Amino acid sequence: MTLDQIQPGNDCRIIDLFSRDKLGKRLLSMGFFPGLELRVVRNAPLNDPMEIEIGTSFLSLRRHEARYIEVEPA
Amino acid sequence: MSRNRTVRIALAGQPNCGKSTLFNALTGANQRVANWPGVTVDKLSGWTRISDKKVEIIDLPGTYSLTSSSPEERVTRGYLLHDKPDLVVNVVDASNLRQGLSLTLQLLEMGLPLIVNLNMMDAAEKTGIKITISTLERLLQVPVIPSTMHRSQGKQELLHAIGDRLLEPPQQTPCKIDYGAMESYLQEMESRLAGHITGSVSLPLRWASVKLLEGDDQVRTQLRETVDNAAYLITFANELRYRYEEQHRYAPELHTSKSRHQQVGRIVQMATSRPVVKTALSEKIDRVVCNRVAGPLILLGIMYLLYYCSIVLGYKVTEYTWPLLAKLHHLAETVTPAPGFLHIPLIRGYALWLTDSVTALLNYLPVFFILFLLIALLEDSGYMPRMAFITDRLLHRFGLHGQSVLPMVLSGVYVGGCAVPGVMSCKGIPDEQSRMATILTLPLLNCQAKVPLYILLVNAYFTQHKGFAMFFISTISLLLVLPVAKLLTLTLLKNKETAPFVMEMPSYHLPTLRGVLGKAFERIWQYLRKITTIVAAVASIIFVLLQFPGLSTERQAHYAGEQQRLLDQYQKATAGTVYQQYGNSDTAIMPLVLYQDAYKKAKQGASGDTATAAVNARFQREQPLFYTLVQPGEAPDATRANRALRKLAHGRELLLVEMRQERLEGSLLGKAGKALEPLSQWAGFDWRVNVALLSSLAAKENSVATLGALYEQTGGEASLEDRISGQNTGFTPLHALTLMLFMVLYPPCIATSVAVKVQTGSYRWMLLSIGYPILLGFGVAALVFSVAQAAELTGLQAMYGFYALAFAITLATGLLKKNSKTIIEPQPEQNLATVCNEAGQ
Repeated sequence: MTLDQIQPGNDCRIIDLFSRDKLGKRLLSMGFFPGLELRVVRNAPLNDPMEIEIGTSFLSLRRHEARYIEVEPA
Repeated sequence: MSRNRTVRIALAGQPNCGKSTLFNALTGANQRVANWPGVTVDKLSGWTRISDKKVEIIDLPGTYSLTSSSPEERVTRGYLLHDKPDLVVNVVDASNLRQGLSLTLQLLEMGLPLIVNLNMMDAAEKTGIKITISTLERLLQVPVIPSTMHRSQGKQELLHAIGDRLLEPPQQTPCKIDYGAMESYLQEMESRLAGHITGSVSLPLRWASVKLLEGDDQVRTQLRETVDNAAYLITFANELRYRYEEQHRYAPELHTSKSRHQQVGRIVQMATSRPVVKTALSEKIDRVVCNRVAGPLILLGIMYLLYYCSIVLGYKVTEYTWPLLAKLHHLAETVTPAPGFLHIPLIRGYALWLTDSVTALLNYLPVFFILFLLIALLEDSGYMPRMAFITDRLLHRFGLHGQSVLPMVLSGVYVGGCAVPGVMSCKGIPDEQSRMATILTLPLLNCQAKVPLYILLVNAYFTQHKGFAMFFISTISLLLVLPVAKLLTLTLLKNKETAPFVMEMPSYHLPTLRGVLGKAFERIWQYLRKITTIVAAVASIIFVLLQFPGLSTERQAHYAGEQQRLLDQYQKATAGTVYQQYGNSDTAIMPLVLYQDAYKKAKQGASGDTATAAVNARFQREQPLFYTLVQPGEAPDATRANRALRKLAHGRELLLVEMRQERLEGSLLGKAGKALEPLSQWAGFDWRVNVALLSSLAAKENSVATLGALYEQTGGEASLEDRISGQNTGFTPLHALTLMLFMVLYPPCIATSVAVKVQTGSYRWMLLSIGYPILLGFGVAALVFSVAQAAELTGLQAMYGFYALAFAITLATGLLKKNSKTIIEPQPEQNLATVCNEAGQ
């Protein structure tokens, strides 16, 4: 499943990143990598974008961007 | 290091790590802002003295990483690689070590001389994290200096460390990232590079190897430019990349990133005590601020406060500051040559026009200052990313960005804003396409200077329906901005770079007074410098266009005759009195005319009996004879002369107005207005309106003033509303509607155009931002005018109709799907065949 399918409040682990272009680079530089555990914190009032917590930092990303992150529930 | 060369220190760090605070603390007022070549990223530099050496400090843009995927990253990387600073101070947010140290490791990989400044120690302590500095130093093998810069703690220690580090290069070898399974590949790459790169090319080899295997384009470009055997090396790198992926079923860049983060994880684990698990304060705040219901409400509240404090309260402040600026006008009046009976010296006219144009803008200073202050407050508090988080879904549909909200509010989403700070605040929007769309559409919002014309027209033509008309005008601009933004992204901006939205939601911070004030002053100063000079220049041009060629000799003779008639009348009426001699010539009468005028103004300005008495006493003392004339009392001669003088002054006023109108009509701008009439009549504009619109190009405040001059009536007691809505002008509510619509879509004023040029970095975009609103505005005005005339609609019916149309178009464009191929398609790996071909060429 992909990150956009995780409901707020749930944890998951990254399996793979599908994007190899700008988005992929951006995700890598913001600290996403396979094996990383993260938590979906909330969805924006209009459901998109979503906010996640990795380690000590909080990030937000659009849903269609989250679709490039394959995860498994943790 | 030679003694006479300036030492350069670069500050590098992630966004929101407190780098700017350090920069300000180090350089104080010795700062300068420029642009990095080729991009619209600010280059901040300043200087200070450390250990008696003059040191230049460069504040590099905040970046999360050193890939080459954004302008900021490219700028930072390029500087570090090619300009070789003597020292890099890497600022790391102590409360977010995991993110920050990842950049630190990359900086070390580039082989840069480094000091780590662990900033915001107070925030780290609050979340319960304990960092053992010595362990961190041992693990990283570079000096680590803790600080809480916004409280000026740790600044001296940092300065000492920098001084020490500049005196003697370090002995230790900084820590390396362990890439595990990729190490053998990297060694292969590194030895190839070492074999082919000569000493003249300075490239950190291990770093270059990592980047080559990660598939980085910029290192490849750099190799092609500097190394003879580049094609071979690149082919080899691609082959290695391919082999690694084949064997490990994993993209190399995923692996390097993972290795980096794992190493950071190990370092963090060893150097920090486990933080007490508790919800950070920021997260608690966000539960409310980003809440589904409360979030948007709070956002609206903040936007309203911003609007209220700056625009509404700011204007109240200008009521107090305006008299000061009016003194400038008065000063210009006194220092320039006095006016003749009918001849107003050109230099006087010019000086007054120029002062008025500049003071009209200076009048906005309090508004802007409050605005800049509040924006700095919002920026420093960390609320901005939340704003983007809440609104992005909606704005993204129209090709804009969550971060377009603030610029839009500043530019006047409702009524009253200013596009200048709006455009300037677009800098933070990371997505080039959305940023351009925002910049280009902001001038369509309702800036404060458009409002006087709206009010004039609404009062004159929609008296019965003021409420709806004002609602129409304040919301129609948004209904035009959204579709236009969408259409621009689908057409002209189609090929502009887009960027992922992914952004950090930093912790909230309590802004400091110094930081906020500093930012506000810096920006107001920039505004002043850029804007006033250019407005002065354009005002001068428009002055020339409005003045020349001036009156013909025949007309001048005509007015000279009129002047003589007035003087004769005066002499006849005052025959036999001491006052008669003043009617001998126009130069003789002027002191009397000016005296009377000054007396009238002084009395208007004086409130209360004592003040009036003081004015009387002053005027009596200055010119006892003239005083008997303006205050004749019971004396019959004086009463007669008083009446004659008032008649003369009134006659002179009328002549001046008539001459002004005639000059305006015959002026270059007037001719242009007339020449445009055949075209502009499609939108219902006559030449007078054309002239008013043309003169508004410098600043839209001119529209009402010019209309006023054009409809100035002889014996004008009536208000401008009555004068333009009078029967003889042929103006109807429909004309008023099209004029208002054209004003909504009016091209940006000069000040905004300059801001657009600065923010887009090109004159072409500036010209576009001026050009398309003219076409669109005229198109809309002409469409509404012709359709309404053909269908025999009233102005009000046309207003309803157009509103419905705009609403429908906004909805329709909102549903249009944007082709976002830039994100979906992964870039295909360059295969070996093409690379070999490339090498063969």
